[in-house]
Amino acid sequence: MAWNRDDMAARAALELRDGFYVNLGIGIPTLVANHIPAGMSVTLQSENGMLGMGPFPFEGEEDADLINAGKQTITELPASSYFSSADSFAMIRGGHIDLSILGAMQVAANGDLANWMVPGKMVKGMGGAMDLVAGVKRVVVVMEHSEKSGAPKLVKACSLPLTGQKVVDLVVTELGVFEVNRGRTPVRLTALAPDVTLDEVRARTEAEFEVAL
Amino acid sequence: MADKTRKDAAEALAGRLFDGMTIMAGGFGLCGIPEHLIAAIRDSAVKDLTVISNNCGVDDFGLGLLLGAGQIRRMISSYVGENKLFAELYLSGKLELEFNPQGTLAERIRAGGAGIPAFFTRTGVGTLVAEGKEIRNFDGEDYVMERALSADLSIVKAWKGDAEGNLIYRKTARNFNPMMATAGKVCVAEVEQLVAIGDLDRDNIHTPGIYVDSIVQGAAFEKRIEQRTTRPVAGKAAV
Repeated sequence: MAWNRDDMAARAALELRDGFYVNLGIGIPTLVANHIPAGMSVTLQSENGMLGMGPFPFEGEEDADLINAGKQTITELPASSYFSSADSFAMIRGGHIDLSILGAMQVAANGDLANWMVPGKMVKGMGGAMDLVAGVKRVVVVMEHSEKSGAPKLVKACSLPLTGQKVVDLVVTELGVFEVNRGRTPVRLTALAPDVTLDEVRARTEAEFEVAL
Repeated sequence: MADKTRKDAAEALAGRLFDGMTIMAGGFGLCGIPEHLIAAIRDSAVKDLTVISNNCGVDDFGLGLLLGAGQIRRMISSYVGENKLFAELYLSGKLELEFNPQGTLAERIRAGGAGIPAFFTRTGVGTLVAEGKEIRNFDGEDYVMERALSADLSIVKAWKGDAEGNLIYRKTARNFNPMMATAGKVCVAEVEQLVAIGDLDRDNIHTPGIYVDSIVQGAAFEKRIEQRTTRPVAGKAAV
């Protein structure tokens, strides 16, 4: 059985290390916060200007001045800090964030990432994605293995406009985990979801990969 | 010291608006937006605006008001996904749009206020963002040159301020406001609380008054929440 969204988040959470500063994207990456191991200290950065993001507020305690990058109301923690967008992206661009977990439309075998634009459709904008992949030390993608049409998303070369070149370290899908290593090595399949076969992964993956289970 | 206090947003903007001008507006989503100044710009009917702001409000609030009134010709933003009218105007060719990566946008504005005409960044190298821009290699890595941004007017929102124009922001409502305050030829600030000179902690002022030309205390702030997200009282914490 393939992994569900929560399983994928749990798998991505294995990338967390004690003391990490981490930026989580919108969607499944947000769920990674629910899988921080007990006793591990992980500080969440929100690129709109906060370190030390706390949980959602209780009803009635929402603060319009306290939101995350997805514009959701959040809370602060005793060690939280606030700063401007320029300081926030200096932190990101300057390589001070250890890990970024984000979604993708396509990832290529060479580590290229496309996640902001489909030509011909209304473009919403890249937000902070290009800065994150350009500056964060390790970039983990969590995405569905295929598009709704069935088209593969782990591809030989991205056909969609890029967010960054050679930026992806690891990909987690519902079928398995792939080391991409920014294109420095061949793609390696390092974990399979329960009851998923290698043949199924091969059939649904365009990029060539080695098996290292 | 001149008293920079004005009685309301319209008075603070009087004589400062003209057709075809460039305006920077602080805020991230609807958080930390100068809502009274935006409404006063809408009421002024000034048009053909170039607006620099991370987002463009929602259909009936924030910069969406200027969009709805047909006052904006061009937007420079990083993300406009929350605004349906934006899509309609853009797809029908009535609105020009320049997307910047969010950190590049923030740094262009910071540079604009700091007298730095351009800078090199790794963000966007090898993407559409870098097309037509100079690429230079430093220490084995490619970087793209980005130009500074400035504006005829910047409008910002702070939590507290005084008659000298010293400003303190609150929580994530700070966002783009501090850089924008520095990058407008004129900066008008609106605050929730206008306090007496000396009441702000001098060691904790985020924007020194030199950057601010006029300051106004907003009447009732709506401070609308875009995505009200809560957790159940008995449930486990979830972000």
